[in-house]
Amino acid sequence: MIVKEFAAGDSLIQRLDPRVKIVVATLFSVVVAVSTQWVVLVLALALGFCIVQVAGVPMKELIRRLVPVNGLITFLWFFLPFTFEGESLFSIGPLVATREGVYYVARISIKSNAIMVVLITLIASTSIFTLGHAMYELGIPKKITHLFFFTYRYIHVMHHEYLRLVNAMKIRGFRPRTNMHTYKALAYLVGMLFVKSYERAERVYNAMLCRGFRGRLYSLSQFSMKTIDIIFLILMLAVILGLVVLEWTRIA
Amino acid sequence: MHISEGVLSPGVLIAGAGLTAAGVAVGLRRLENEEIPSVGILSAAFFVASLVHVPVGPSSVHLILNGLLGLILGWKAFPAILVGLALQALLFQFGGITTLGVNTLNMALPAVVCHYLFSWGVGIGARRLVFILSAFAGGCCAVFLSSMLVGFSLYLTGEAFLPVAKVVVAAHLPVMVIEGGLTAVCALFLRQVKPELLEGAYVPKLSSQPQNGSG
Repeated sequence: MIVKEFAAGDSLIQRLDPRVKIVVATLFSVVVAVSTQWVVLVLALALGFCIVQVAGVPMKELIRRLVPVNGLITFLWFFLPFTFEGESLFSIGPLVATREGVYYVARISIKSNAIMVVLITLIASTSIFTLGHAMYELGIPKKITHLFFFTYRYIHVMHHEYLRLVNAMKIRGFRPRTNMHTYKALAYLVGMLFVKSYERAERVYNAMLCRGFRGRLYSLSQFSMKTIDIIFLILMLAVILGLVVLEWTRIA
Repeated sequence: MHISEGVLSPGVLIAGAGLTAAGVAVGLRRLENEEIPSVGILSAAFFVASLVHVPVGPSSVHLILNGLLGLILGWKAFPAILVGLALQALLFQFGGITTLGVNTLNMALPAVVCHYLFSWGVGIGARRLVFILSAFAGGCCAVFLSSMLVGFSLYLTGEAFLPVAKVVVAAHLPVMVIEGGLTAVCALFLRQVKPELLEGAYVPKLSSQPQNGSG
């Protein structure tokens, strides 16, 4: 399957109340995203790795998940150093890289990775269904959470159908190339995917109605704030507040 | 086309989140409870489409499908795309929490614009040529506007991003044409095979009519 949230292990972080995780990850992301000071960013990244250590996320998994994040960042490294005004650092032919430019991209890289490390450890390690219920408890509109559940459910259905159709095409000797035939075949593939998933979704929904679905999804796991959750929440809020204060005082 | 976390300036992030919240609110008001499963399929399609790689010369591009989504869903594309992108952020780490607003806006606003411009042409009654041209224009235009919005979000963050923004738009020019063509062929296919999917009349069918349950 495409989609795996890694519910790896049973560490301290894994057992936290998902609502706490969402709140902490969101606040952390927002604060780091608007910060500009080196100290704050480096501390945020360090904090991120501390959480990784506590959560016991395998390094390999973490790096594998950070690769797509750094795609755009790498792309920016090729441009921004040369397009910023400022003191020249080095030059390649007519292109002059500036110190300001390099610093700017470096800050973006740290920021981006700090946020993603925390997001991966806190959020991506929680099962999607738990997250959905936690979002609902936190006041996200019911329609959005339902859409979220249905979409997650259908992603699997669609991907499954997609793999079946691709296999069927391969068996019949289809090889994708740059030509009209390929484009047409792929367009029909997507169309067929819609049709099949639509019919499947119809059946699923009707089955739900037969079993008395009245627009409410129930969670089997009850959330409860334990002492450890409160301690973690207060600790993290304090650290995030610390980052805000640090950022603030440095600017002034 | 996702913008990573930490790149954009606070102003752009806040503006994106605000506009997306407004768009989602409009979308949700139009979204009936019975429609949620069928809109869910389309958001899932939007998600899975990003895994379909279309070869272009030595390289390949992946489908975006926000045009098709817009033609079918209109304002409901906002919540659909929001949910699709949220799941991509959670499962693949494309984008994140703070950029969710901007990324949704960049994909969903063009979808809504295309809905207003071209959806009249993809009705069941439309002539074949009109139908093909509107579907093509819808797919094409949505990708073009999305790439412009991505470029614009980067540019608003800092003038130094201008060359990057230009490259982003330029890189999407071939994608536009391919996406337009695929949207047209796909819409034509749906018109023949499952017209109710295009009509938006798929709603009452799901809730009321009994199905002859096969498979």
